Order: sequence, then C-alpha cells, then structure tokens
Amino acid sequence: MTLAVEQGEFFGLLGPNGAGKTTLINVIAGLARADAGSVRVMGADVSADYRRARRMLGVVPQELVFDPFFTVRETLRLQSGYFGIRANDAWIDEIMAHLDLAAKADVNMRALSGGMKRRVLVAQALVHKPPVIVLDEPTAGVDVELRQGLWQFVRRLNRDGHTIVLTTHYLEEAELHCSRIALLKAGRIAALDSTRNLLDMFSGVELRLRLDRESLPAAFPGKLVSFDKSFFVVKLEDYGQLEDALVSLRQAGVKIREMELQPPDLEEVFVRLTGRGS
Amino acid sequence: MTSFRTLLYKETLRFWKVSVQTVAAPVLTALLYLVVFAQALEDRVRVFDGIAYTDFLVPGLVMMSVLQNAFANSSSSLVQSKMTGNIVFILLPPITYLEFFGAYVLASMLRGLIVGAGVLAVTAWFVDLRMQAPLWALAFALLGAGLLGTLGVLAGIVSDKIDQMAAFQNFVILPLTFLSGVFYSIRSLPEFWQALSHANPFFYMIDGFRYGFFGVSDFAPAASLAVVGASLAAVSSITLLLLKSGYKLRH
Repeated sequence: MTLAVEQGEFFGLLGPNGAGKTTLINVIAGLARADAGSVRVMGADVSADYRRARRMLGVVPQELVFDPFFTVRETLRLQSGYFGIRANDAWIDEIMAHLDLAAKADVNMRALSGGMKRRVLVAQALVHKPPVIVLDEPTAGVDVELRQGLWQFVRRLNRDGHTIVLTTHYLEEAELHCSRIALLKAGRIAALDSTRNLLDMFSGVELRLRLDRESLPAAFPGKLVSFDKSFFVVKLEDYGQLEDALVSLRQAGVKIREMELQPPDLEEVFVRLTGRGS
Repeated sequence: MTSFRTLLYKETLRFWKVSVQTVAAPVLTALLYLVVFAQALEDRVRVFDGIAYTDFLVPGLVMMSVLQNAFANSSSSLVQSKMTGNIVFILLPPITYLEFFGAYVLASMLRGLIVGAGVLAVTAWFVDLRMQAPLWALAFALLGAGLLGTLGVLAGIVSDKIDQMAAFQNFVILPLTFLSGVFYSIRSLPEFWQALSHANPFFYMIDGFRYGFFGVSDFAPAASLAVVGASLAAVSSITLLLLKSGYKLRH
C-alpha cells in the first residue's frame, strides 16, 4: 500500500479485525519490521534513521500495558529519560493535569483502574512532545466520561499542530474526528478519501415515514427496507431522490404524518467496502 | 546517554524495590547452605591443604550467589516485560541495542555483586578469611557477573514464557553452578568427573574467585580468567546479534 498522512492531519485507519491496522502501526513504530517497502515519519526512515523517527512519534498501544513496579510519576519520568529528556517535570505535570491524573501521580500503576491506566498510556506517548501521535484503539473499554475528556485533549493537540493517526472500531468516532480516512481490508487500502467524500460517495439517505395509509405509491423511488409499526423505512440513493419521493406522494394524494431523515453513516461505507453484511 | 542511564536506573530500581525477595532472600539461602554443609562436612571433606572446609566453602557460596542472581535479574525482568507487554515502553523510544544490552547487563551485575557482598558480610562471621589476592577475586566477580547477566539477557530474549526461562534456570544454570566445585574441590573427584568439570565454565569462575582468597586453586587463575573472558565475549556476541536483529522482540 502507498499512504501519505499530511502534517497536522487527523487521520483515521479503519478496517475489520485482521485488516492490518495494528501491523501497520507496529511497522511505523518500529515494533515490527516490514518484509518490503519503507515508512518515513516526518522524513525519517523508521529503519535506517530509527532514532529520529521514534523521537517524532508518540504511540498509544492498543493493549492496556503497564509496569507494576512503578508509580504514575515514576513511569512518566522513566519514559522521558528513555527519550533522552531529563528534568521533564513541568511538562509531565501539565500532561497529568490535562488527563486528570494529577491526583494519582504517586499511586502505583497496579492500583489504577483500567481507564486510569489508559490515561497513563496516553501520557507516556506524549512525554517527548512528539509531532506525530498514533492512537491504536484508544477508547476500547473506556467509560464515556473519559472518552469525552480524551477526545477533547486529542483535538486540542491536533489544533496545536500535532498530526494524529487513529485506529478505532467506533465508526462514529472516526466520523466525528477524522478529516481523512483509509479503509483497510486484508492488508490493502480499500478506500482512501476525506471523511466527507467517503460518506457522500457510498452512503444513501435513510427515510423514515409514517403515512395516512399502509402502502407506498407505485412511483415511490428508492428501496423499501422495512415496514414496522406503521413506519416505512426507505433507502434513497441520495438527497436528490427526496424530491421525487415527495412528488410521488403528492400525486397519489397521500399525506405524511411523520418524517425523519437519517444522514449517511460511515458504518454503511465500512460494511459495503469490507464486504460484510449484505 | 540519558536513555542508557534511565534504563539502567529503571532496571536497578526494579530489583531494589523488591529487595527482600531479590537481595535478602538469596543471602539467607547462602547462609543456610553454609550452616548445613559446614556442620555436616567440616571434618569429612578434605579440600586444599591447610584450609578448613568452612573457609573453603564461603568464597564458593559468595560467587555462586553472584552468578545466580546476575542471571535471575536480567532474565526475569525481560521475560516479565515480554509477557506483560510493557517491553513496548523500551522498544518505542530511540534506545540503541547497545544501550539496551549495557543497561540490562550492568543492572544484573549490580544485583549479583550486591547479593555477593551481602553473603560475604553475613558468612564472614563464621570464618576467618583474609584475601590473598583481592584483585583476582574482583576480576572474577565482575566477569562472572557480566557473563551470567548476559546469559540472562539471552535467555530472556529467547524465552516466551516464565516456564521456559525457569527450565533454563533449573536445568542448565543451577546444575552447572552446583557441579562447579562450590561445595568441593574437583581434585577430590575421580578423573573422569574432573575432566568433565573442566568443560563447565562455572568451574573457572568459582575456582578463580577462590584463588583471590587463598592464593591456591585447582586451575591457574590467569587461564581461568581467559576462559571466562572468552565465554563472555562469545555469549555477548550472540546476544548483541540477536538484539540488533530484533529477534523475538521486534517481529
């Protein structure tokens, strides 16, 4: 695959399990070696110039890993040291404040809840102020409150100029945050475009209707998905078909009791491109 | 340099935080060996001329503790990190394989030498030891700790699970240390077993270290030091090659 993420982007890597998202991240991070090809982080080759490449990169791993021997502050100080940074306490305090970790600074990692451990992982990825931040499923198993706090912080980092690469199973998260998305399937890029374009390109509009009778006019466009509790659910190809739908109802003399439009959904794109479902 | 120093500090802090288990326990074990073996064998086993069995035993126990603990430190730290997955914290930063190697081996040497010093301190109460050639003893302690620390890194890289590492420790390291002449002089063995003992690299470390105390040994100390040095060079080369290639660390 060929893929370039621009500086300052909020980029999403999506795909079903086994599509190769984590493998790709591992290659970028130097945790795995590519059989062929090359990866550069801010111009630094991850193999030939690995020291520079790794300094540019902050990775939040998918698994909830921690070292049970140390407290939160010790963990963050050690991580700073590994990146060659001494006396990093001012920045460490700032990260901890943003991630609501300050109260846990001197607590042993073992004693933290899963959500707190996840925050420490994020903090560890940021100790060296990397221009590129990779988040591998950062919200898996994380409660709603933390999820929101985490996204606020990540968006702030993105606004401050950090490039963000995100993998997630939660399509709504990708839809909400990512400006561009690559859909991976079996190690290949199945689609690569701006989130907007992907949604426009692949997804129809779902129309929910309650009428004054229990049948649709013959000329009604789109595809009937279901009829349940007097609600018709119809799939339209695009917004343009909405006009045809309304015209057909008026011509047949049908009155609309209730109407609701469901905008395009990334889930739909995902399912279609990865060939799951219908 | 900061990366290396931080990793060394972390590896040292790791065992120091649980020093009851990593330092005090092996010192107690060595003391128990001394009490039991000295009581049972003092008048029965002849070692070097003019040297009491208990005196002979102490340097052997000290060196055995140095070696076993140097091995235990790097091997258990690496295997635990691999199993829990927190090895990524060390693999993600720009740490070179030489810094990685140096930090793990030095921390292991430090633990081995601290435990060795502890064993010497508590057993010295039971014997009247004077070091005839302290520099020899120091040289063997340093090289031996380095060799076992390196072997621990090697075992840690190769093992995927605690039980594989434990097997290596129980079926290789432990027999080799026990059969290296800690508890006896190999001169007292039948010829075949004497010859076999010479194939055991641990024998040279124990024997050479003991020379530092008594000025007497089964094998010439300079030759022993050469054997230990060559073993260290060989094991280090293999370990460095594996680390450089990322074998079982970077897939």
